[in-house]
Amino acid sequence: MRRIGPAHTQRLAVGFMWTLAALTIGVLLFIIAFILWKGLPHLSWGFLSESPRSMGREGGIFPMLVATLYVAGLGVLIAAPIGLGTAIYLTEYKREGRLTAVIRFGADCLAGIPSIIFGLFGFVFFVITLGMGLSVLSGALTLALMVLPTIIRTSEEAIRAVPRAYRDVSFGLGSTRWQMVTRVVLRTALPGITTGIVLAVGRSISETAAVMLTAGSALGLPRSLFDSCRTLSLHFYILSREGLSMTNAYATASILIIVILAINLLAYWLMRRFAARVR
Amino acid sequence: MRREKLIAVALAALALTAVSGLAVITAFIFKEGFPLMVKVGFKEFIFSSEWYPREGHFGIFPMIVGSLAVTAGAMAIGVVFGVGVAVLLTQFCPPRLVAILKPAIELLAGIPSVVYGFMGVVVLVPFIREHLGGSGFSVLAASIVLGIMVLPTVISISVDALQAVPRPYYEGSIALGATEWQTTHMVMVRAARSGIIAAVILGMGRAIGETMAVIMVAGNTIALPTSPLSAVRTLTSNIALEMGYAAGDHRAALFATGVILFLVIMVLNTAALALSRRRAKGAR
Repeated sequence: MRRIGPAHTQRLAVGFMWTLAALTIGVLLFIIAFILWKGLPHLSWGFLSESPRSMGREGGIFPMLVATLYVAGLGVLIAAPIGLGTAIYLTEYKREGRLTAVIRFGADCLAGIPSIIFGLFGFVFFVITLGMGLSVLSGALTLALMVLPTIIRTSEEAIRAVPRAYRDVSFGLGSTRWQMVTRVVLRTALPGITTGIVLAVGRSISETAAVMLTAGSALGLPRSLFDSCRTLSLHFYILSREGLSMTNAYATASILIIVILAINLLAYWLMRRFAARVR
Repeated sequence: MRREKLIAVALAALALTAVSGLAVITAFIFKEGFPLMVKVGFKEFIFSSEWYPREGHFGIFPMIVGSLAVTAGAMAIGVVFGVGVAVLLTQFCPPRLVAILKPAIELLAGIPSVVYGFMGVVVLVPFIREHLGGSGFSVLAASIVLGIMVLPTVISISVDALQAVPRPYYEGSIALGATEWQTTHMVMVRAARSGIIAAVILGMGRAIGETMAVIMVAGNTIALPTSPLSAVRTLTSNIALEMGYAAGDHRAALFATGVILFLVIMVLNTAALALSRRRAKGAR
């Protein structure tokens, strides 16, 4: 048997890894192209602005767009100040120690908990124990807990990336810690923090299992925080799973994909701006 | 100065939200699910294959096996692709391409799980049905879908681990006459080992915890799988499928299923955290 030389092995190994990468990117492009190709032809102004008829077999998705905006928007609105506050506390106020270790442990564990567990918790805690019912508010609060770790981590990274000298100069000019944080650190870290918030919005919009158990699946337009509603991703799930309408399912999926693409592009653009700023 | 103190206290209160949230979640899931496990008996609950909620039989063994089967399949794909792509990105890929590939992989993480499940239903399941037989709704379909879904987690954390390996390791190995590939798999991957294992464990957690995509492609039959083409139900699907109409002991049993899932995830998370902490210390 002939021994294969190291240079040859390297060519084989690298070639194999390029194949893996090409397949991965291929899957991504295929999913996006497939959904858009099948869904875009069914998109129309009417689809976006009308209510669904006969359980979603016909009509549009207007109430679901509103529901998604309410649940995901409110969820992130609740999580953002808490996450940012946590990040500021961890980076600017507290020396590394037992307390920061506990806080980090909490955030890390929360990040790993599956969405169905958040759903179970939201159901028994917000929906039943606190009596909020299946509602926009229950869904938003559950999502807020879910996206909190993302916001904490990205804000913390953004704040840590602000050069030390900025802080020294600010203190040197006689500012208090809080003035230094708000006027110097946060101002510089803003695009990085916004990236995290934008990604949290994306995650909230994508989420299905947790909102199904907490916001419910009512087809109507939510009129208050305590109304049940159906988000876009859940509507898409129900349409395809119950075989109600494949065309509407494809159209709804293409809206989801377009929104996610836009959110990721925005996050990417913000991150590049931030990287340029702190370099 | 008074104001500064107030701000510090307020920030501390915000910072405790995550960990108190975790505590409340743990408390409520256990409070709802644990008593039923005691009532049924742990052994019965975990090792019995009889799941007849109406008759009061709650055995989740088929769901445990189902979760393990799809997760094992997913990891077979996720580890090869995830670690392979991570090694490529850190060692062999020109920076200009890295700048395109990394956001693409982040986008893969952003695609909703229902879309993955849907793609499984309209593309993968019919393919398996035609070429391999069976209904197509199977362990195999779920494994492939989950394998793709865990890639962003495995890749990004492995990349971090590989990038944390000190540069002199690489240079030293090259200077000793090793090829780039020898350096990569004998020095770099070995040095980043605990971080890569942490990445795989976190990916495993994602696979076990995924719900909607699995419901859509796994078939959801309550039975022990006999081949990769068997339909299975996972722990997560069991909760999501029956929660809508469950009441009384049945609902408690679904929470108890959640308790088992929660325990598995916490063990995986803690292991991954411990591993990445060891790496952080070792790199210094």
